[in-house]
Formats: sequence, C-alpha cells, structure tokens
Amino acid sequence: MEKRKETAVVYRQQPIADDVYDMWIETSLAREAKAGQFISVFTRDRSSLLPRPISICETDRENERLRIVYRVAGKGTTEFSDYRAGNKIDILGTLGNGFPTEKAAGKRVFLMGGGIGIPPMLQLAKDITENSEVCIILGYRNSQLFLSEDLSQYGTAYISTEDGSVGVRGNVLDVIEKNGLSADIIYACGPLPMLRAIKKYAKTAGIPAYISLEEKMACGVGACLGCVAKTSMVDHHSHVKNSRICTDGPVYLAEDVEI
Amino acid sequence: MKLNTKIKIAGVEFKNPVMTASGTFGSGMEYSEFTDLNRLGAVVTKGVANVPWEGNPTPRVCETYGGMLNAIGLQNPGLDVFIERDIPFLKKFDTKIIVNVCGRSIADYVEVVEGLSDQPVDMLEINVSCPNVSHGGIAFGQNPDCLFEITKEIKAKAKQPIIMKLSPNVTDITEMAKAAEAAGADAISLINTITGMKIDIHRRKFALANRTGGLSGPAIKPVAVRMVYQAANAVKLPIIGMGGIATADDAIEFMLAGATAVAVGMMNFVNPYATGEIVSGIEDYMRRYDIRNISDIIGAVTD
Ligand SMILES: Cc1cc2nc3c(=O)[nH]c(=O)nc-3n(C[C@H](O)[C@H](O)[C@H](O)COP(=O)(O)OP(=O)(O)OC[C@H]3O[C@@H](n4cnc5c(N)ncnc54)[C@H](O)[C@@H]3O)c2cc1C
Ligand SMILES: Cc1cc2nc3c(=O)[nH]c(=O)nc-3n(C[C@H](O)[C@H](O)[C@H](O)COP(=O)(O)O)c2cc1C
Ligand code: FES
Repeated sequence: MEKRKETAVVYRQQPIADDVYDMWIETSLAREAKAGQFISVFTRDRSSLLPRPISICETDRENERLRIVYRVAGKGTTEFSDYRAGNKIDILGTLGNGFPTEKAAGKRVFLMGGGIGIPPMLQLAKDITENSEVCIILGYRNSQLFLSEDLSQYGTAYISTEDGSVGVRGNVLDVIEKNGLSADIIYACGPLPMLRAIKKYAKTAGIPAYISLEEKMACGVGACLGCVAKTSMVDHHSHVKNSRICTDGPVYLAEDVEI
Repeated sequence: MKLNTKIKIAGVEFKNPVMTASGTFGSGMEYSEFTDLNRLGAVVTKGVANVPWEGNPTPRVCETYGGMLNAIGLQNPGLDVFIERDIPFLKKFDTKIIVNVCGRSIADYVEVVEGLSDQPVDMLEINVSCPNVSHGGIAFGQNPDCLFEITKEIKAKAKQPIIMKLSPNVTDITEMAKAAEAAGADAISLINTITGMKIDIHRRKFALANRTGGLSGPAIKPVAVRMVYQAANAVKLPIIGMGGIATADDAIEFMLAGATAVAVGMMNFVNPYATGEIVSGIEDYMRRYDIRNISDIIGAVTD
C-alpha cells in the first residue's frame, strides 16, 4: 500500500446536481483504494499549489478506475469541473485509514451521509452489504438526490431534506426518530454539526460510531502537522492529543475525538 | 567526468548539498515512501523541544498565491520520544542528521541541546525564527543582542556544530548574520517563513486560527535569494539557503547567491519526489557546464 503521486486520466465526468460533479479517473491507485480513504488532487494552475483532498466514492479494481464526487467550492474544484474525458489529472494517494469495514460483519448498520459527505458511503455500502444489514440514511438540502439511486442498491435507503421536498424534513437524525430505526454500529460522513449530533446519539444509544473528519491539509501524508483533530487520548505521533487527520484519520471512533 | 557533489559545513561532509527544510519532512519517515533518503545530503527534522508541544488550533494551514501560510505552532513529541523513535529510524539511512531545536526560553533550548549531546546527530539547527509561537522562537531571532546571547549560550553547551536559523522578518539580515557569527555559530540557515495573513472575504474570518502565519513556497524565493546573497557577503559562515526551492535550477540559484547547501520545504508537499529530483538535476547542471566540484559555484554570481 505504498503512497504515490501519479498522473491519472479522466475517464468520464458529468454533473449530477447543481455544482456537484461525478468523475471517474483511470489510475493504478484503484487497485488498493479502500472505502473512506481519499486522494489529493492537484490543479494545473501553478499559482495554486496545494492538492485538494477528495474522498473515494467508488472503486473499479478490474478496470483500474476510481470515482470521485465533489462539490464546486472554490478555485480548484472549479478547475476540475471543466475536465473532459482524456484530460490528465495529477493525484496523490491513497491517503488516510478508511472505514473499518470488518466491524460491520453480522451487524445492523447505519450508513449516514450528509451533503457532500455522501460520496464515501457508496464504496462502504458495496463492501459491507453482503455481511451486514445495511440501513442507508442520506441528508440533502433539496430534491437533488445525487447518488441516492446508486446507494439504495445496497440497503434500505431513507432520505431527509432540509426543505422537506423529499422524505423527512430535517436531518439524518430526524429520519431515525421518525421511523423508529435502530442499529448496532454507525458509519458517517458529513458536516460537523451532523457529526456532533451523531456522536451524541451514539453515546446515548451505546453503540460505536465511526465518523470521517475534514481539515485543511498541506502535505496529506502526515509530515506537516497541519491537519490535526483534538483527541481524548494522547496521539501516537506527537503525544499531545492532536491526531493527524490525513494519516491517522480521516475516520475516527466518535468518542475518541473532541469535535 | 567524475562529479564531486560533496560539500562541507563546519567539518561535516555531506554527499550533496540537498537537505530537507525543517517541519516539512517530519523526521523523514513519511516521505521515505516517496524518496530514497540515502540520496539526500541531510534530513533536517521538525523542531524538537524539551517536552511535547501541542501546537496551535486549526486551521493551521492555508493556500496563498504561489505558496502557503502555516501556523502549526511547533507541535512535537518532545526530546524523549524523538530520541527513542526518530533518531533510530534516521540512522538506518546513509544521510546526515540535522536536528532542529525549538524552545520558549534559553534554558529550554539548552536542555534539548544537552539531551542530544551523546546522540548520533551530525548538527543542530537552532530555530530562533518561528513566527507562530508567542514565547521564544522569533523573539530571539529579531534582535541582534538576543541572538548573540542565545547563540553564545547554546554554543557553549552544544557537542555538535550549531546552525542558527535566521528570520527574514528583520530590517537588516546582515546584522543578524553578524551577531550569530560573532557569538560563535558554526553556520546559518535562512530563510524561515515570512509573517503573513489571509482573510476569507466570504466568511469575514481569518484563514488561520492563529490569525497570522508564516509564508513559504515559490512566492518567497526572490526574497530568500536576496537575503542569502546579503548574508553571504556579510559573514564567512557557511549558509544553508531555503525559501521556495522547487527544482534544481532554484537550488543552483541559491548556491550562486552564496549558499553552501540548500533545503527544500513546502515543495515537498507539492512534489514528494522533489528532493531526489533536485539531486539528479544538480548533477545534470554540473555536466552541462563542466563543473567538477559543486563547491566551485558557491557565491559565484557576478555582475
Ligand atoms: C479527507 C477529506 C475528504 C474530502 N472529500 C470530499 C469529497 O469527496 N467531495 C467534496 O466535494 N469535497 C471533499 N472534501 C472537501 C474538499 O477538499 C474541498 O471542498 C476542496 O479542497 C475545495 O477546494 P477549492 O480549491 O475548490 O476551494 P478553495 O476554497 O479555493 O480552496 C482553498 C484551499 O483550501 C482548501 N480547502 C477548502 N475547503 C476545504 C475543506 N472543506 N476541507 C479541506 N480543505 C479545504 C483547499 O484544498 C485549498 O488548499 C474533502 C476534504 C477532506 C479533508
Ligand atoms: C508546515 C511548515 C512547518 C515548518 N516548521 C518548521 C520548524 O519546525 N522549524 C523551523 O525551523 N522551520 C520550520 N518551517 C520553515 C521551513 O523550514 C522553511 O524555512 C520555510 O518554509 C521556507 O522554505 P520553503 O519556502 O521551501 O518552504 C516550517 C515550514 C512549513 C511550511
Ligand atoms: S496534511 Fe500534513 S500532516 Fe496532515
């Protein structure tokens, strides 16, 4: 599982919601990429040097392709959204620890994704669907339900929307309450307020929750100490309760991080 | 033609002039997956203090035009863990080890320097120029009298040769270089980062939790080259030059300005293979211009 920087080729790209793009790239990194890991994507604009971390949405090992789904947020993602099939794209990967999929075996699982935190849930759902009872809870802003069809093949899917246009009005936790759902373990990715609420819910329910965190990054490989999360225990690298999200994360057991 | 890429600083011989800039390369472990550390002149470690330091709140880094700002705040595991884990790791490679030392008081620095005295470390780089910690750090590096005092104290205790790392956040870099030389430093390195700030206009917030941070990367290279040139002409000490080095051409430019060695910082993040490529690129330059000894180009710029 060596990390490397390589030049990938865009296989195809299409918009799947307002400002949300779905890109498949051809790269040897697809062979080893795991659910919950990420790649860092470089821009061509030489004034913009740091790579953009983007989660792995789906892997196609056989054809050596990786899928990423991202929202246009600024300079870098705007540039990526213009790429066409055949364009070259420099990436660094695969980075991060990924979701501990083995913990889902034989369990009732909540996969909870909020907004642009939904993409990493897809590969995770594919990986665990065979051995677990998967309940997928997706939170959107409105009726643009990107990736919900892909995901619903791998479990029972529920939807919440902020504007109430589809499913439960509110957020992913409202879905649990409205439908009286329960599970033995949670995997989640999404905005910080959602992750905080999930951490609290998991504590009350007495079940483990694995959550994926975000932070501004520079190196992506654990060298610069730019991307730390506050942890409840002393971290193994610096021994100061500051864990490097890019290498020791992005996935943490919720009770281990102070968010 | 046999190429001689060796350089010497304070009696220590390096196989080539290419080093890593402190704080951008961990203790070598993270980038050893990308670059063969055996090819480097030296690995310069992240700053080490007497005890573990937590560092600053996040966000600690942000991108800027042609560079980045950082306010890591010198998070580090402290001397004990460093000696137990990082030095044995680096010893496995055929490269020199330079330990970057940080502290909040002279006593802190001295404690680290003494703690390293019987360790297999080739040189010490004393960071008196970190802009991101409120006590110590840059306070020692912005006043020539303070710099003189701390250099003298550390030199008296250090078993290994010491490199004083200078801050560019001063009016006259030559004054600082002279103070370090007068106090007995064995070498100087420059530049550390330039204090900067970025504001997110949409959120009307500082991009960094620390508000200010240190600017590094290609954006600062011309400033760094100028300061290396000025320092080289003010003192006899060997200089390790850094600031925005991305390619062998950049490295050569620093050496022509007067640097004996060079260090690669932020550009490791952009190209994790950069250090190795620069080593090869320097050899290409030597072949192209028929240079037998790389040390011949140190300070060789002319009008
Ligand atoms: C582990 C991880 C996984 C991610 N996965 C996805 C994903 O699958 N899909 C997706 O749309 N987004 C994802 N993000 C967020 C994504 O990295 C940012 O939206 C992106 O970097 C924005 O870049 P930009 O140039 O468009 O924005 P700008 O604002 O122009 O970026 C400026 C700088 O800030 C950094 N930055 C800005 N926003 C973020 C952020 N939220 N997190 C980290 N760095 C940021 C950029 O990398 C860049 O260095 C992920 C972030 C992390 C840390
Ligand atoms: C993320 C980061 C961390 C740094 N940490 C240290 C440090 O611990 N000690 C130090 O002396 N300099 C530190 N520096 C400064 C660099 O060693 C170097 O002097 C500076 O970045 C200029 O070189 P560059 O433009 O090639 O990065 C750090 C720089 C960066 C970007
Ligand atoms: S981004 Fe450098 S340590 Fe995580």
